[in-house]
Amino acid sequence: MMYLIAAVVIWLGLWALNAKLANGPNSDGRMISLAVPVIFGLTLLILWELAVRGLEVPLVILPPPSLIAQTFASQLPILWADFVQTFIKGALSGYVIGCAAAFITAILVDRYRILKLGLLPVGNFMAALPIVGTAPILVMWFGFDWHSKAAVVVVMVFFPMLVNTVAGLSETTSMQRDLMRTYGSSYMQGLVKLRLPAAMPFIFNGLKISSTLALVGAIVAEFFGSPTLGMGFRISTSVGQLALDMVWAEIVSAALAGSLFYGIIAAIEKRVTFWHPSQR
Amino acid sequence: MAPDTSNPVIKAEALDLTFQTNDGPVHALKDVSLDIHKGDFVSFIGPSGCGKTTFLRCIAGLEHPTGGSLSVNGMTPEAARQARAYGYVFQAAGLYPWRTIARNISLPLEIMGYSKADQKQRVESVLDLVELSGFGSKFPWQLSGGMQQRASIARALSFDADILLMDEPFGALDEIVRDHLNEQLLALWARTEKTIGFVTHSIPEAVYLSTKIVVMSPRPGRIADVIESSLPRQRPLDIRDSKEFIDIAHRVREGLRAGHADDA
Amino acid sequence: MRAVIPVLTVIAAIVALWYVAVVPMNIKETLTQLERGGAEVTPPSAQDRRDMGHIALVAKNSFAASATLSQDRPRLPAPHQVASELWDSTVDKKVTSKRNLVYHGWITLSATLLGFAIGTGLGILLAVGIVHSRVMDKSVMPWAIVSQTIPIIALAPMIVVVLYSVGLQGLFPKAVISAYLSFFPVVVGMVKGLRSPDQMQLDLLKTYNANTNQGFWKLRLPASMPYLFASLKIAVAAAMVGAIVGELPVQGGGLGNRMLTGSYYGQTIQIWSALFAAAILAATLVAAISLIQRGTLKRMGLS
Repeated sequence: MMYLIAAVVIWLGLWALNAKLANGPNSDGRMISLAVPVIFGLTLLILWELAVRGLEVPLVILPPPSLIAQTFASQLPILWADFVQTFIKGALSGYVIGCAAAFITAILVDRYRILKLGLLPVGNFMAALPIVGTAPILVMWFGFDWHSKAAVVVVMVFFPMLVNTVAGLSETTSMQRDLMRTYGSSYMQGLVKLRLPAAMPFIFNGLKISSTLALVGAIVAEFFGSPTLGMGFRISTSVGQLALDMVWAEIVSAALAGSLFYGIIAAIEKRVTFWHPSQR
Repeated sequence: MAPDTSNPVIKAEALDLTFQTNDGPVHALKDVSLDIHKGDFVSFIGPSGCGKTTFLRCIAGLEHPTGGSLSVNGMTPEAARQARAYGYVFQAAGLYPWRTIARNISLPLEIMGYSKADQKQRVESVLDLVELSGFGSKFPWQLSGGMQQRASIARALSFDADILLMDEPFGALDEIVRDHLNEQLLALWARTEKTIGFVTHSIPEAVYLSTKIVVMSPRPGRIADVIESSLPRQRPLDIRDSKEFIDIAHRVREGLRAGHADDA
Repeated sequence: MRAVIPVLTVIAAIVALWYVAVVPMNIKETLTQLERGGAEVTPPSAQDRRDMGHIALVAKNSFAASATLSQDRPRLPAPHQVASELWDSTVDKKVTSKRNLVYHGWITLSATLLGFAIGTGLGILLAVGIVHSRVMDKSVMPWAIVSQTIPIIALAPMIVVVLYSVGLQGLFPKAVISAYLSFFPVVVGMVKGLRSPDQMQLDLLKTYNANTNQGFWKLRLPASMPYLFASLKIAVAAAMVGAIVGELPVQGGGLGNRMLTGSYYGQTIQIWSALFAAAILAATLVAAISLIQRGTLKRMGLS
């Protein structure tokens, strides 16, 4: 009971602190914009910890954050090996291949009107489908190791990246295109000097969407078969053994990998598209 | 310098242009004939839909006339475009936000294959010409609207074409900035001796700038009157209060009204 | 409409490529079978065939090409095999049968729709809260954005098992995953939409002395509709993925389950038909939302 009362008190206290900070005079400052969500996150963690202890929730249903942190720290070698298998080998290689293939296809689609009319609606359609369902087929074709995971990722990231890049390449105004024509510029010059730079915000949007999909694809593909290694493998076997602390540790690792990956791409975007109104 | 009347730089004869739209054909230009000589400053003025911008785009080879003939430097507009015979200034500055002012101005130079050293030197000199020296490393969005438009003029001047085509370049700017830019444009014209085609819908602007004012009227787009200005080439701003200026402006207004009269 | 012919051309090209790919993909297994049936194949030894490329085998055994199109357990089934399996398992079998895809599709669809409804409802509520409360905005919104970068789907097997161990099973655990996946796109899109009116429009309402409530119903909510529909389309697709992945660890049927059992027993045609059923279902859901979107926006004069 003590735990629960403490939980409620801490919740109210920290919420009041946040309310004060958020409604305070300097609430748009950098420090407070960072502090408020951090305090909120901490509140949730403390509530979770106290609630699990107070209600004596069994470990096989919900382990407390402290135990998850402990498991995370003690199982670092395994988590690292899983990370390398799933993220570096599976997700990252598939991401690079898929995005590059989509980019090249987008340039072709943009060049030839007939492809734009025919392929783009199909691409739009495919981008909305549960492509993750191709995982069992690709696992059958490419085997249990990371190659099949990379293949799933390629298929998953291809269409969102294609649709975004094509949209970006047609983003120029007719005035900008007329200007290039008055210089008597060639197709390549128009592409390199005008359309590609103008498409960058869209290309990065595609890259960001794909970064999330890549990890999802690699993890889900492991549910359909994998070597005894990898984030998806560890999650599904640990769930089977009811070792939920390990599952949560793996999820923490996946969350860190996912947001770090996204963050890196967003940082590159900021440097490349510094000129775009959304970045200024 | 006396205008050379023997050999026109731009020659249009019985030019016709019909656009096919969903609401049927639109007669944008009808029977337009006009000679523009080297060193002329020609303004095209008229209400919207009179074809003044269309005519300028025909000269630039951006539209294709459906009848008549048009030559630029003795070539077809298309060939003249390939030969980079003119610089074009649009209504909006249209600078690329991802390039600095200097890199924007060197854009046509890169496309036309100038050497790096040549690019640098030309950018410096045109920046000086439009009084933007020192702003080369700024990005367009860090500059005011008037400065952006000056940069776009510099971009059109950078490869030193003999013809400058300007489509309502100062239309989006306020009156004070516009007066200042008009003055600068005249000075620049005097220094470079370029042939300028200038679309506007402001009567004082047209009269103040031009050696020749082409008054156009709509539906179908055609030339209503061509006025040779008797103003001297050196024009201080206060010339706009002189009787001569007011007489020319009056004649332009009459021409515009006549164009509307047979419209009604 | 002018896109119909190019689109059909592209689809025809895909189907043609698919047929062309079927032959080399299935050639090895086909040759082994034909050899067992007494046919002459080159090279005769299975060992040699294993070391040869697929295309080279096709070139040497062109007579086997037609047989590759009608394998029982092909590596890549031919389009007509998938189509006939789809037809068989939807029309020819009883709807209540465990081998009917409509039965499995319904299981997946009901979990998707339930989860989508819960996720969208909660998402809109949270968005309204975020727009009207600075504290909520400052503390929750950053997490809502960060959460989109996290592979939440990794939680799916755990959620199913944990809910099972507390006695919840069947539809609900899958719907929880669907709800979770569709929740965040709706929050982010709806917050953007509710914030889309500009200062001038907000000031206009201020001059009428309108209260927060009136501002919400008369300005913010209508203005948010285009944003809401855009995120609903993403959310329904995500909900579908959630339901399919949620079906992997349990035996209760559904399209995800069909895919997993198909992959266990090498029933490739079954996997492909389940995949196509899922694709058709997802496309129908997205199309339905587009239809509602078009109707609503038209009535509001926004399209």
